[in-house]
Amino acid sequence: MYTWIWRHLPGGTASKAVLALLLVAAVSALLLFVVFPAIAPHLPYDDVTVDQ
Amino acid sequence: MSTPTTGSPAGQDRDRRPGDLWRTVARGVGQTLVTAGLVVLLFVVYELYVTDLFADRRQDAVADELRATWDGAPEDPTVAAAPAAPPAQVPLGQGVGFLHVPRLGPDWSRAVVEGTGPEQLEQGPGHYVGTAMPGQPGNVGIAGHRVGTGSPFLDLDRLRPGDPVVLETADAWFVYRVLGDPATGDLLADPSGIPGQQVVSPTDVDVISPTPDADPAAPATGSYLTLTTCHPKYSARQRLVVHARLDGAPVAKADAPGGPPALTGD
Repeated sequence: MYTWIWRHLPGGTASKAVLALLLVAAVSALLLFVVFPAIAPHLPYDDVTVDQ
Repeated sequence: MSTPTTGSPAGQDRDRRPGDLWRTVARGVGQTLVTAGLVVLLFVVYELYVTDLFADRRQDAVADELRATWDGAPEDPTVAAAPAAPPAQVPLGQGVGFLHVPRLGPDWSRAVVEGTGPEQLEQGPGHYVGTAMPGQPGNVGIAGHRVGTGSPFLDLDRLRPGDPVVLETADAWFVYRVLGDPATGDLLADPSGIPGQQVVSPTDVDVISPTPDADPAAPATGSYLTLTTCHPKYSARQRLVVHARLDGAPVAKADAPGGPPALTGD
């Protein structure tokens, strides 16, 4: 997968490196700000109340 | 695949040996596992640090709103004599008051919101709906996150007998003190029999009964305050619970704008 992405990024090594870092940043942002906030409430670590 | 821009071997020959297929599969599985590991690691970073950023911003908003509401409220001269009961029903997510716990750090203070749902607990410690309001007879139940989401109650286990836990409302300061024996530091040695600290199962709702650990339907025997959070840290298997009792009469804000002696150290 990573080889495939690397081959399809345009330009030379420098351009590929910058674009690859941008991709990593974009995916991280998507996870941190969209995916994780959506799934975190369904995980059991955050329960701090007593209830039945 | 069709237009390799570097000298990769992918386009060189189509007639691969059978071993190449397995190598590709193994590499694919390996990369997937590494990626999954990194995503899980990122989730840990999210839980420990990023949720704090979100929660701090929301906590600040609640605190600012509460201060603004109080500053805008007309002065009521009668509260100094007998602090009026706060509104019995505060809308979910709205500020109830400020919680001050010197043991958790100098100037440690959080705005408490009404409600203990995930949405409210992201704003700050939440007041259990239906439990007593600050200063009233009964038990003021407050839940807060231990790790992540602002971590308000991270060090709740550090509270010792006699430690002040102060609730600030629009008109008054209510000083609660952690139960136990301040002389020996024994959290379990309170004359009332109610422990200053206990670890209970998540279903043990008696801890926020009008009298802690008593029948929820029984009338209150005093004014208590109960803080709950998860236990152990990073887990939600149990609940860490701290009980405190109202100590003395409320201190009117008109008399002590900077805080009661328990907070200022006077």
